[in-house]
Amino acid sequence: MSSPAVVKVANRRAGVRHTSMFLRMLLRAAVLRRGRAASALSAMVVAAAVATAMLNLYVDVQVKLRKEFRNYGANVVVVAPEGQTLPAEALQKVRSVIAGRGLAVPFAYVAARTGDGQSVVVAGTDFDEVRKLDNWWSVTNWPAGAQDALVGTRAAAVVSPQGKPFALSFQGKTIQLNPAGILRTGASEDSRVYISRQDFESWTGISPSTIEIAAAGSPAEIDGVVQTLTQLLPAAQVRPVRQVMEGEARVLGKTRATLLAASALIILTSALCVLSTLMGWVFDRRRDFAIMKALGASERLISGFFAAEAAVLGAAGAVLGFVIGVGVAAWIGRVNFHAPVVPRFNVLPLILVGSVGVALLSAALPMWLLQRVQPAVILRGE
Amino acid sequence: MFARLVYESFRRQKRRKLLAGIAITLGVGVATAMIAVATDIGDKISRELRTYGANLLVTPQEDTLDLQIGGVDLKPPSDGAYLNEADLPKIRGTFWHHNIVGFSPMLPVTAGVQSDGGPSTLPLLGTYFAKRLSFGKEDFVTGVKITHPWWKVQGAWPDENSQDVLLGENLARRLGRKAGDEIAIAGQEHRISGILSTGGAEDSQIVAPLSLAQQILGKPGAVRRLYVSAMTKPEDALARRDPKTMNAELFDRWYCSPYVQSIAYQLQEAIPHSHAEQIRQVAQNEGAVLSRIKGLMLLVTLAALFASALAVSAAMATAIFERRTEVGLMKALGAGGGSIAAIFFVEAALLALMGGAVGFAGGTLLARAIGLSIFNSRITIEPVLFPFVLAIAVVVTFAGSALAIRRAVNLDPVYALRGEA
Repeated sequence: MSSPAVVKVANRRAGVRHTSMFLRMLLRAAVLRRGRAASALSAMVVAAAVATAMLNLYVDVQVKLRKEFRNYGANVVVVAPEGQTLPAEALQKVRSVIAGRGLAVPFAYVAARTGDGQSVVVAGTDFDEVRKLDNWWSVTNWPAGAQDALVGTRAAAVVSPQGKPFALSFQGKTIQLNPAGILRTGASEDSRVYISRQDFESWTGISPSTIEIAAAGSPAEIDGVVQTLTQLLPAAQVRPVRQVMEGEARVLGKTRATLLAASALIILTSALCVLSTLMGWVFDRRRDFAIMKALGASERLISGFFAAEAAVLGAAGAVLGFVIGVGVAAWIGRVNFHAPVVPRFNVLPLILVGSVGVALLSAALPMWLLQRVQPAVILRGE
Repeated sequence: MFARLVYESFRRQKRRKLLAGIAITLGVGVATAMIAVATDIGDKISRELRTYGANLLVTPQEDTLDLQIGGVDLKPPSDGAYLNEADLPKIRGTFWHHNIVGFSPMLPVTAGVQSDGGPSTLPLLGTYFAKRLSFGKEDFVTGVKITHPWWKVQGAWPDENSQDVLLGENLARRLGRKAGDEIAIAGQEHRISGILSTGGAEDSQIVAPLSLAQQILGKPGAVRRLYVSAMTKPEDALARRDPKTMNAELFDRWYCSPYVQSIAYQLQEAIPHSHAEQIRQVAQNEGAVLSRIKGLMLLVTLAALFASALAVSAAMATAIFERRTEVGLMKALGAGGGSIAAIFFVEAALLALMGGAVGFAGGTLLARAIGLSIFNSRITIEPVLFPFVLAIAVVVTFAGSALAIRRAVNLDPVYALRGEA
């Protein structure tokens, strides 16, 4: 009766039934015990979300904090030799080197005299740029018009105590200035008078001697900027502002280290949460396990079934958790840094592998315990 | 009977209790460590931010204008007013002296130097390197080594009581001198103990002990300006208010907060005829960076608390769910829902207290380890935290158990006993 063809068909059919049965078991297990399955899945999702958020933050915090640190102002300074000025094309060269990733602001200085013969340092610069570079400057009103001056709070007491227009002279040439705003920094800027570069050059004929640069990027990139500028401007002295660079490196390093430690702890805790939930879930189904075994399922099939279940759970949890975690990281970025944290998709495989790994581990432990027990003992409820 | 039930439950189900206990211990440990790190991180980062150097500058009240261009002082040294060196130790007597990390007096002068190329006049800066001072019974060390941590010396820092000097690296190259050489300053031979590199104007100067600069100037005790490095609290609305417009109560609060403004105010009180001002570049940005990092750690701590609360509840729910046959038996024997719930809650409370205590101890050690390995200083944990952490542990354990207990109690004993829940 049983021709080889019929056996073949029967075998194929058995194969089909076999897979569909497997799938059905997986599905029914999830549907019938949806309470337990949901709690296991939610543990998985939360763990994956927390891990994603922490990893995203850890990667992104450096960029975010670097931006904060740029508020300290210039990290590279180009200075002409004493008593000289920088070549006319210096500013252009500097701007082409930093190529939009930062700011470069020129400064020109002279010591001028007031009407009653007191000396005061006058600086010529671009106000729009300074405003962006040194945003710790406390300024009552930024000058806008020609011959408007920004007067340091200590200089103001000397040149224009009542806030009236005043005259300054340099090498016999005099300029009339309106004190448009008062500047307060707590440092040597307080003793200076700042005017626009156009006014400064038409008055003194002296071009900038200093360019202050706030270059964005890692220490290596900034080092590169310094190297390139040194080659381009051999006459000038190009030096990193070590005070700013060192402080940044230290604080950044320590913050990241703390965040890493915190991430490790949090991920460990959430992995533990998954472990205990999933272990409970598998352990709880020891009767299913025993029935399958009693009906003649092989150890490999049962292990495969539970492993597949755990893997599906882990993968689903990881994907859902990744989406939520990216959202959490973006929210933290917005709340704390006022800029969203950009999602890092290269974190996803890591989360996926980690989640599936933890899920498999938490299924394997109870399985190992159950395998040593006779099905009859379990079915009797002992 | 009740006590015995609880006792027997712990005695007979050691494995389950241990698992739940471990989860609680770990959860509480992580939470404790994170709370400790988050509360202390402000202080630690504040200390790290001191790498940026002084955030306060004290100058004489009647001073003339600075005439600095590119770090070169054009002001004649005889011009202007001075602070008195003898007043400096009084800084240690101010209200916030614990927050003052260090201070350095500066006295720029010019000195005639005999070099190979003939005599020349060079800028010389007098300061403290690491000077031992005393105020009252207290001894302390202060100077540029603390307030200007980015200054690097090749060779050795001069001994504070010697007449040795440092030579800026550009100047040293120009004069062809190296560490260990002698240099004639104002007609006297001085040993160059090291070559100084700062990345600033000091690279072209001689840096000497303050007393030497005073001797050259002929004004003992004179100090031109004083750099103070203090740990401060980020500025808020109160900090920016003018102390003159405050009422007594508000003023006390302002005075007793370590704002950079109130420390400046106290420095002016301590040093006669002085004017103290925050160096905005350092002080303002410090506040911004500090509040960002503190905010970040706060949010991360919340995430940690959430994760550990979840881990604890999951473990508790699993532990109780496994015991539904037991519940069925108790119910079959006539126990009411209330008394069954009471047993579980008492057990949960006991577990939470034990796990919480062990977890707190572990978390303390963990926080200490984090502090030592990252910041090289201990993270102190307030003992006040202990009851607080225990209370959280109990609440979280209860919350985690509540749902599982309710389900266990509502279960029909027949199904529970047959194992069909």
